[in-house]
Amino acid sequence: MFDLKPTTALGEENARIDVVGAFTISENPNCSLASLAARKGQEAVVAGAIEVALGIDLPGPGGCVTKDDHRFWWSGPGQWMIEADHDTHPLLAQEIKEIVRDAGAVTEQTDGWCLFDIEGANPEALFERLCAVDVPDMSIGTATRTNIHHIGCFLIREEARFNVVGPRSSAGSLHSALVEVAAGLP
Amino acid sequence: MSVNRLQGGLIDHNAPINFTFNGQNYEGRQGDTLASALLANGVRLMGRSFKYHRPRGVVTAGSEEPNALVMLREGGRQEPNTRATTIELFDGLSAKSQNHMGSLKYDFLGINDRFAPFFAAGFYYKTFMWPKAFWEKLYEPLIRRAAGLGSISFEDDPDVYDKGFLHCDLLVIGAGPAGLAAALTAGRAGARVIIAEEDFLLGGRLLAETQELDGAAGIDWVAKIQAELASLDNVRIMPRTTVVGAYDHGIYGAVERVSDHLAAPQPGKPRQIFWRIYSKRALVCAGAIERPIAFENNDRPGVMLAGAVRAYANRWATTPDQSVVVFTNNDDGHRTAADLLAKGVSVPAVIDTRLNAPFATGTEVLAGAQIIDTKGKLGVKSVTVKLANGKTRVIPCGAVAVSGGWNPNLGLTCHQRGRPVWDNPIHAFVPGGALPVGQSVAGAACGDMTTSQALMGGGQRAMDALAALGITAKEIELPQVAEESRNITAFWHVQGAKRAWIDFQNDVTVKDVKLAHQEGFRSVEHLKRYTTLGMATDQGKTANVTGLAVMAEITGKSIPETGTTIFRPPYVPVSMGTLAGRSVGAEFHPVRKTPSHKWAEEQGAVFVETGNWLRAQYFPRKCESHWRETVDREVLTTRGSVGVCDVTTLGKIDVQGADAAAFLNKIYANGFAKLAIGKVRYGLMLREDGIAYDDGTAARFAEDHFVVTTTTANAVLVYRNLEFARQCLFPEMDVQLISTTEAWAQYAIAGPNARKLLQKIVDPDHDLSNEAFPFMSCGEITICSGLRARLFRISFSGELAYELAVPTRYGDALMRRLMTEGEEFGVTPYGTEALGVMRIEKGHAVAAEINGTTTAANLGMGRMVSKKKDSIGSTLSERSGLNGDDDLRLVGLKAVGDGVVTAGAHLMNANGPVDAKHDQGYVTSAAYSPVLERSIGLGFLKDGANRMGETLRMVNPLEGKEATVEVVSAHFIDPEGGRLRV
Repeated sequence: MFDLKPTTALGEENARIDVVGAFTISENPNCSLASLAARKGQEAVVAGAIEVALGIDLPGPGGCVTKDDHRFWWSGPGQWMIEADHDTHPLLAQEIKEIVRDAGAVTEQTDGWCLFDIEGANPEALFERLCAVDVPDMSIGTATRTNIHHIGCFLIREEARFNVVGPRSSAGSLHSALVEVAAGLP
Repeated sequence: MSVNRLQGGLIDHNAPINFTFNGQNYEGRQGDTLASALLANGVRLMGRSFKYHRPRGVVTAGSEEPNALVMLREGGRQEPNTRATTIELFDGLSAKSQNHMGSLKYDFLGINDRFAPFFAAGFYYKTFMWPKAFWEKLYEPLIRRAAGLGSISFEDDPDVYDKGFLHCDLLVIGAGPAGLAAALTAGRAGARVIIAEEDFLLGGRLLAETQELDGAAGIDWVAKIQAELASLDNVRIMPRTTVVGAYDHGIYGAVERVSDHLAAPQPGKPRQIFWRIYSKRALVCAGAIERPIAFENNDRPGVMLAGAVRAYANRWATTPDQSVVVFTNNDDGHRTAADLLAKGVSVPAVIDTRLNAPFATGTEVLAGAQIIDTKGKLGVKSVTVKLANGKTRVIPCGAVAVSGGWNPNLGLTCHQRGRPVWDNPIHAFVPGGALPVGQSVAGAACGDMTTSQALMGGGQRAMDALAALGITAKEIELPQVAEESRNITAFWHVQGAKRAWIDFQNDVTVKDVKLAHQEGFRSVEHLKRYTTLGMATDQGKTANVTGLAVMAEITGKSIPETGTTIFRPPYVPVSMGTLAGRSVGAEFHPVRKTPSHKWAEEQGAVFVETGNWLRAQYFPRKCESHWRETVDREVLTTRGSVGVCDVTTLGKIDVQGADAAAFLNKIYANGFAKLAIGKVRYGLMLREDGIAYDDGTAARFAEDHFVVTTTTANAVLVYRNLEFARQCLFPEMDVQLISTTEAWAQYAIAGPNARKLLQKIVDPDHDLSNEAFPFMSCGEITICSGLRARLFRISFSGELAYELAVPTRYGDALMRRLMTEGEEFGVTPYGTEALGVMRIEKGHAVAAEINGTTTAANLGMGRMVSKKKDSIGSTLSERSGLNGDDDLRLVGLKAVGDGVVTAGAHLMNANGPVDAKHDQGYVTSAAYSPVLERSIGLGFLKDGANRMGETLRMVNPLEGKEATVEVVSAHFIDPEGGRLRV
């Protein structure tokens, strides 16, 4: 086993957790990410392979589907982002590639991004000061692309929490925005 | 009790608030504005006018206020030009008047008024013409000082400002009777409603009137509606929120003053929020603004708008004086007289310009009369009235309530260049046909001047707006309101006045408008610029229509023929801090940090911004006293042994698909189709016009998989262009793209000992020998006992070099490991400065050379543009204009003697004139080469390839610098490339 120690996107050994007012903002470094793009004309083949292997019906625009270990969200026409625990799926891109084979292009995205989980009552109040997404109108199990303080992010709504997935190199700026805006809420 | 405090109103008489104005202590009440509290304390004089420094007092009771501008708060929170009429009083408030030299009462610059004939409209343009040099250094600073408004403290604003985004079906702008009826109609229908109100209380004019609704006070109805709205989850009530702009697609800008009513915001809380409101429909219920009548000396403190005087009496329980005359051309002015009388204020007369003026009890109505002058140095003491019979009468009073009619509040309806139309019955402009998409107007804002009309209009327009969205709304029950008389006869200004003010804020008089006409500035837009009518913080809200009316009268045209100027956002001034939001200081833009950032900080690295990235520029050691010392060491150590540089910032784009190679053949000017798996190739990208725009490498990992690298600055641009090519130019190709820039931490390991260092961390089953992994190889390997990594044998420095990439989370640890393992070689980290020096020594082009004007031929890479295939820009790169014999060519430049090569300098022949006509080229990059021990550079020189060994003059006339340089190959070191291939 290799002996290099990982750091989180915020450059620390351990994940950062901030409790700000009614919100808990947690960095989640235990994530593997991969992107999947169907080869030209192979959307149905990709969808079929994922359905067979993982039992997941690939989501359409704005959609996000979670089943067992995997979460898929739509990121563009014929394109999806896939998330799984890093501990159990450190080589997620390889796993997906083995499922879709030549029907899809799979790229490792694990460390291209940072993830923050946001929990708390009335998350709408927080996100209306962060991004232009109509968050009150965002149903559970949806994902969208937006800008948070000039940083391009994915925003995902789950049952009791939101996930912000942003570019890893800007994790510090993104984290500051989340925490400071949360602190400014009434 | 304060001298002018009345009974009743909407203030809390039992809640005193202490504040200061110009250092003097006063007491107000909870619910007061600064203006109402000052009036209650008998303070009429609140400021000095812009140009003539004439004494001025409050005119209005709203955000349209032109005169009562103060500097609010102190230190970093000091805010100039704040309207006393909109400042909610808070304990400890401190305000100062502005635009005077000396005290407010004795302003030395009041002398300007004596020289008024010299300061007429357009005086700037006619005076200060000579001597020309005096304008910038003497005249302009003097004028600015004399004609300024408030000042700033030059301290940092300690407060934070937020931005936010809201969405709704219906945005209701204004919470007067029309707005409240609309919001309730839509709210009950279940629509998502936002109702934004500038005031801190809902109700609009209902707060200022004694008019009953359903037999009870108007505020009772307001309270009932507000309570129901507050109970609806689908309705958001936003008081203290001014909608300042109507933009495309139903988007409105609004400023919420979250903490302005407090001495200071609560810790961490924003002072203001700039909201962007996405509305499906918007209903403007912004009411109307009263206009003054222009008459001689109508600007003295105490001369106010009648509706404002009424508002101060009814809502704020105060009066500007115990004796107020009314001057009106309409029935609404009479309401002010009646309400003041009911409050016990003396109204010596109602001066009505109409011969058929209505009768009034408790005061004398002077029908067909006009005020022809006022007296009183720092505030009105009497008015001189010309009666209908031609006689004059002087009436002592301390205030004049003036009503020239009401102008619908048009701003938001015209922000997309819509033009209002003239409504003759109310003698005012009303919103025209071209409203912003999705917008409608109700209430006084559309000329419905009575409360019953406003209520009905608000409800109906809300139903119409929702119907367009497929939402059915029902009529709400409206309160019964007594009929109101709103008769008006147009009357704009009293004839014969010498100085009758139209625009108080800009000191524009009737005479100035006449002068503009006389001098040919007759179009309304010229009138505005020549006289400054309608400019500055109030944007002529009380002045514009009167100014147009006077111009119309002079030209003999009608007012609608005369037209209006353009309305632009913002509706009221918005502070820069609010527009900036949290994007200030260090958070002005997001910061991108490299994987080794923390480690570099620990080493004391000096960082440089490259786009949003922070990159280590150099790594100074304690013994080094100058950055050049550090950079020289980093270069020499790298060239002598080994150095490591974080190159994560270079763009990395994953290109996959059956047509990936064919696609890259289109993207790059040189060929890629035949690049072998496991190999890397340098590539040049051209713009469609044939100019070079980015370079980098593409590594082939599989038949259908490449990784393209770009320059740091162009990573986004190249990705965007690739997507455009994929989606629009070559949609038939099977290509998939995605950025992986941040997913991999990538380090350049360069120098003769680079392989030895790598061999210490690369797992032994990977053969790094020159034979097994030669120059321009790439491969997927493992390091440190199994960590997956990518290795590229490429070199920017000109040395034996590799770029090693690992998943970013291991980037910090890898850098530390490389430093530890490299100790035996004396490894050095190097920053962007050393990187730059080494690439100049090697003759590699960067953005300074690929600068948007240069071609592949200019760069000495003309032959790279393949003629065997078609690629973006290749055809246009063959234009004759880009391929002349004496075209610029990239060359190396070596300083002769102790000279210094300077980037940006131009090259001239050794003998001959130094001018643009004889320009031979220019220097793009320069550095001190510790290897060559002299100053060197790269540059473009006409026919450069054939001028090796020539000596040129390098001139920089701007800085008065000159040096002698020798033209040499751009490859200062190892031109054969032997070091790369060992």
